Amino acid sequence: MAKVNIKDKLALDTYKLAKESHLKVNQELCKKCEGKCCLSVCPAGVYTIDEQGEIRIKFEACLECGTCLIVCTHNAIEWSYPRGGFGVQFKYG
Amino acid sequence: MPKVTAVIVGAGLAGLSAAYLLAKEGIDVLTVERGEYPGAKSITGGRMYFLPIKNIHPELWEQAPWERHVVKEVLTMVSEHSSLSIEFFNQKYKGQPYHSFTVLASRFNRWFAQRVAEKGAQIISKYKVDELILDQGKVRGVIVGGSRIEADVVIAADGIMSQLAEKAGLRDKLKPQNFALGVKEVIDLSPETIERRFRLGTNEGIVQLFVGSLTKGMLGAGFLYTNRDSISLGIVLGTRDLAHCQPNVTPYEILEEFKLRPEIMPLIQGGESVEYSAHVLSESGIKGMPKLFGDGILLVGDAAGMTMNIGLTVRGMDFAIVSGALAAKAVVIAKKQNDFSAGILVKYQDLLKESFILKDFITFRHAPKILANPRLFGEYPQFACEMMEKLMAVGEKPKEKLSTTVLKQLKNKHTLSLVKDLFSMRRV
Repeated sequence: MAKVNIKDKLALDTYKLAKESHLKVNQELCKKCEGKCCLSVCPAGVYTIDEQGEIRIKFEACLECGTCLIVCTHNAIEWSYPRGGFGVQFKYG
Repeated sequence: MPKVTAVIVGAGLAGLSAAYLLAKEGIDVLTVERGEYPGAKSITGGRMYFLPIKNIHPELWEQAPWERHVVKEVLTMVSEHSSLSIEFFNQKYKGQPYHSFTVLASRFNRWFAQRVAEKGAQIISKYKVDELILDQGKVRGVIVGGSRIEADVVIAADGIMSQLAEKAGLRDKLKPQNFALGVKEVIDLSPETIERRFRLGTNEGIVQLFVGSLTKGMLGAGFLYTNRDSISLGIVLGTRDLAHCQPNVTPYEILEEFKLRPEIMPLIQGGESVEYSAHVLSESGIKGMPKLFGDGILLVGDAAGMTMNIGLTVRGMDFAIVSGALAAKAVVIAKKQNDFSAGILVKYQDLLKESFILKDFITFRHAPKILANPRLFGEYPQFACEMMEKLMAVGEKPKEKLSTTVLKQLKNKHTLSLVKDLFSMRRV
């Protein structure tokens, strides 16, 4: 499989960064999840897992597609778009 | 804030189309866009079919920022080490009225929003609609940044993840099998380079679809669209397959591997990637559509699940523009009667039923199930490439008859399922 540093892709895009995350997870529900597919489905690599087994969210990278909400079978994700005027800003689309 | 007749949430194609028509009719409309500017959150592959929208806002389309009019359609079946392409060129596509155009959604919507504002419709950006004003289940406006904006009707043009469709109780929980994730890069290349590499005339374009091993057995495809001075290159993956893929793979790894294929690399050589984006689309056709209207609310475009994939063609933008226009028509009718209840707004659904939109969704209602056949993404492209390799081979040993080669290949276990699958395609 091709090696990709997702940061290189995201660096192409313009973001207006909010101070607070527009994405939250319920760590208790996440602990029950075996697949944890959020870690791989996200096109921006927003979700990672730390040594304590907790899900970390890099909301700053979010491309606002909604895939994480769709695939999470444990309803662990509290999903919304970022605040008005914030988040990714596409120029080409 | 005084009451308005219509609040449109989302200044994408569908929202702007509705706003434009309402402004033309002299109806007071406020469009609320959560992005920094209209288009900031807009993504497409993509290609817009022109004939279905030719007569909607015709005065606009002369000046629209179309990228290239498409003259070549290519379908490529991909196996690990080979690929087989069918290229269709049609002279008719070279002249007006053009069949379809490649577009860049953000660029397009920024331009569209300016035309809408010129017509007198108000658009405010950087405002996210947080809630609907609900009065016993009836929609009476929106709440934005703590302020109430009362309206007779809300047109929810807030995209595939429509929060408003959910809050209005028009849509069920989102299921992974009903969606696909598209991920793409826009790669800068000069128009001359594009025209030379793809053998195109000035402003002519190509659309190419790739199906097979590139999606690693997952439901999906690769795509390539030529814009004026860039290429849109990407992949689409069914979200359920992506979630279950073992071993885990990320969409950007799939995209990168696709870019590295020998068929692709020469096409984008020397090009600079300028944008990386992602967009979810509905793959469930009419079965996955939410309810399209309620008391004081209408759903348009992606918020109404209006994207259609029938393998050879992928559509969404024409549906967005036309559904926005039809929603506006329904609002005009409702305004005349001063009645925005579901009983009157059902006119929107009636208009959709009379138009190509719901007619096409009904015609192709079996497509989602038939196209979800994993053999279409695995065995069959492989089969086609192997057949071609064997037919074209000239080696050291004597070559057998072509008919023998074909028959041997057909004795393969896939033939029976191929026949069955071809038969099932009569419903597409």
